Amino acid sequence: MSVKIALAGNPNCGKTTLFNALTGSNQFVGNWPGVTVEKKEGKLKGHKDVIIMDLPGIYSLSPYTLEEVVARNYLIGERPDAILNIVDGTNIERNLYLSTQLMELGIPVIMAVNMMDIVEKSGDKINIQKLSQKLGCEVVEISALKGTGIQKAAEKAVAIANKKSVALPVHKFATEVESVLEQIELKLGSDISEEQKRFFAIKLLEKDDKISAQMKSVPDVTEEIAQIEKEMDDDTESIITNERYVYISSIINECYSKNKKEKLTSSDKIDKIVTNRWLALPIFAAVMFVVYYVSVTTIGSWATDWVNDGVFGDGWSFFGISVPSIPSMLESGLIAVGCADWLQGLILDGIVAGVGAVLGFVPQMLVLFVFLAFLEACGYMARVAFIMDRIFRKFGLSGKSFIPMLIGSGCGVPGIMASRTIENDRDRKMTIMTTTFIPCSAKLPIVALIAGALFNGSWWVAPSAYFVGIAAIICSGIILKKTKMFAGEPAPFVMELPAYHMPTVGNILRSMWERGWSFIKKAGTIILLSTIFVWFTTYFGWVDGQFRMLDDMELNHSILAAIGNTISWLFIPLGWGDWKSAVAAITGLVAKENVVGTFGILFGFAEVEENGAEIWGTLAGSMTAVAAYSFLVFNLLCAPCFAAMGAIKREMNNAKWFWFAIGYQTLLAYVVALCVYQIGTLITTGAFGFGTVVAFGLVALFIYLLARPYKESNTLKINLNRVAGAKNM
Amino acid sequence: MKTLKEIPCGKTVKVTKLTGEGPVKRRIMDMGITKGVEIFVRKVAPLGDPVEITVRGYELSLRKADAEMILVE
Repeated sequence: MSVKIALAGNPNCGKTTLFNALTGSNQFVGNWPGVTVEKKEGKLKGHKDVIIMDLPGIYSLSPYTLEEVVARNYLIGERPDAILNIVDGTNIERNLYLSTQLMELGIPVIMAVNMMDIVEKSGDKINIQKLSQKLGCEVVEISALKGTGIQKAAEKAVAIANKKSVALPVHKFATEVESVLEQIELKLGSDISEEQKRFFAIKLLEKDDKISAQMKSVPDVTEEIAQIEKEMDDDTESIITNERYVYISSIINECYSKNKKEKLTSSDKIDKIVTNRWLALPIFAAVMFVVYYVSVTTIGSWATDWVNDGVFGDGWSFFGISVPSIPSMLESGLIAVGCADWLQGLILDGIVAGVGAVLGFVPQMLVLFVFLAFLEACGYMARVAFIMDRIFRKFGLSGKSFIPMLIGSGCGVPGIMASRTIENDRDRKMTIMTTTFIPCSAKLPIVALIAGALFNGSWWVAPSAYFVGIAAIICSGIILKKTKMFAGEPAPFVMELPAYHMPTVGNILRSMWERGWSFIKKAGTIILLSTIFVWFTTYFGWVDGQFRMLDDMELNHSILAAIGNTISWLFIPLGWGDWKSAVAAITGLVAKENVVGTFGILFGFAEVEENGAEIWGTLAGSMTAVAAYSFLVFNLLCAPCFAAMGAIKREMNNAKWFWFAIGYQTLLAYVVALCVYQIGTLITTGAFGFGTVVAFGLVALFIYLLARPYKESNTLKINLNRVAGAKNM
Repeated sequence: MKTLKEIPCGKTVKVTKLTGEGPVKRRIMDMGITKGVEIFVRKVAPLGDPVEITVRGYELSLRKADAEMILVE
């Protein structure tokens, strides 16, 4: 018979390190169903029948943040056999606050006081026996980093879980509060077991708006609430929170003695420099430069080029020995066995190219993930939010959104994946949706093409592309945070700045691998399927009434061309309603730089330069400058390439949000391109028509959406049943 | 009565009351800022907001707009 142990604790208390130490490689990482919160489960080393569930790091069991709601729904709904509560010994007072709430759930708790090595070093003392006696649970001293005590903590947790017992909380609040709680407990229905009564009574008293979903019948307690609020002149939520801290202070006084000599810790010393008023921004810029330079410009891009151009391209050399690429090896193999042309095409240009598109991003991403894991684990990421918050919060983004956007200027895929470091759900979703507005390196050939063909290579075209991207992010942030989709999530910025510490290599590599693998697994499918789809529609079509496979130069007969023809009317208001532009935009979804190559083929050139210099003349003859700029804007802002869409799907972990993101991006691209073309045409030629009126109408609507009043929500809107019903991945 | 927002860096103050309600107030209290607790204002971010404080032995950052909800003496 298997037992389940939940690992619960504050963020930054060493929970991940402990989880890794307890489970080793027996881990299963995913998401809680339908939400962006990560879910980790593992088997205890040496105990096949003991499952450890790593709950999200939380400070409280309030109904206001997604992580907390997910955690408490699991604890109430699934009822693990024991809770292993990990507590940061260097920050015991606030950590015990969560403990008092965990102990009310009726589930036996084992407390592991972590970072004991640091506590001892600083000369502070924690009286474990007394703590255990006061809290009414077993307490073990551990150091997750050094691995001391964790075996003992695990054994105790397993032992208590195997007993399948229940635990009653021992802590008591002030007499007035206790008597009210007693009255409420009497009103509770019989569906709530004895050991859970206190938890439900407290939640009812706190006017918790999520708790009724967990109860069969909800008693009316307004009278009790009114009585105690009048008596203690405060709202019940604050009364309970106060009582908890009063109780904790009383324990701390007896069990914890601080080293009298107050001296600066090394963390304080680092922080004095790193978040110094004058040095903070230069240091931040330097750190960001290193991250970008290594993961985008140098090592990351070498690795990606090696995979794309070497392993999946023209072959590469291994210490002088030339190694053929996978496609060329496969090709010779397929030719040798006499494989049919279409099958060869499917395997090479469809499947292998698709797999290559997925794997091509991985090396760069892994390099980036090492940096992110390091910045997060050492504590600098929290400082990034601290330093950049002022700028980003105005657009509904987090200070940490800076990193995804910076990386996004290299490649949107790792940029989107980097949004994982943002803990607030709303900020994270917003960042995922807006990161790809920044022109990534694959969009630069399009910029070069348009600038060269129609603007004589003017200097302002490229900067204007970045300007459009940044403006799109800022406006989207302001507009989206006022929409129904986002308004449902309150986002207080009250953030802990954890002490700096050196992370372990093992933890960093594990975090890197988990993120990389989840991209391959979750984003890979969508990328592969879409690549195959576009390959098929590109290379098949009707020639003289006969359906067959096409040559490279017969693209104008393809299914894709037919699709382009069918939808090209959509782009007439944007100024580029011919099917060639539509087809180019579609192939851009495979990879943005394909836009240039596709134009080349459609204009009759087999191979063109990266900036498409050969076709500048033809392109200039086929559209006006304003139309070309509209085409550029549309391709910069619209749905990103399939790889980035895969990353969006992975990170949103929710079909509705995925389509909302893609739909919003495309709609915004369409509207902006339309306004650019219509108003641009009005200015350059003076032509005024129905389209111009629509454009002005859209601009007015846009301004209204930007300026309309807005109020921060007070409740977390989330489909509880989905989360509560979450069993396994 | 002063709010935490008006306290300059380097000062230690005592919380007397928390105004407002809802998620922000709850989060502030969850993080240990309750009646009677001592707060040391450590520093202000380079761009002037948020502020960093020491409370119950650890470092916490919060925006000035939220610090306004905390009455101190």
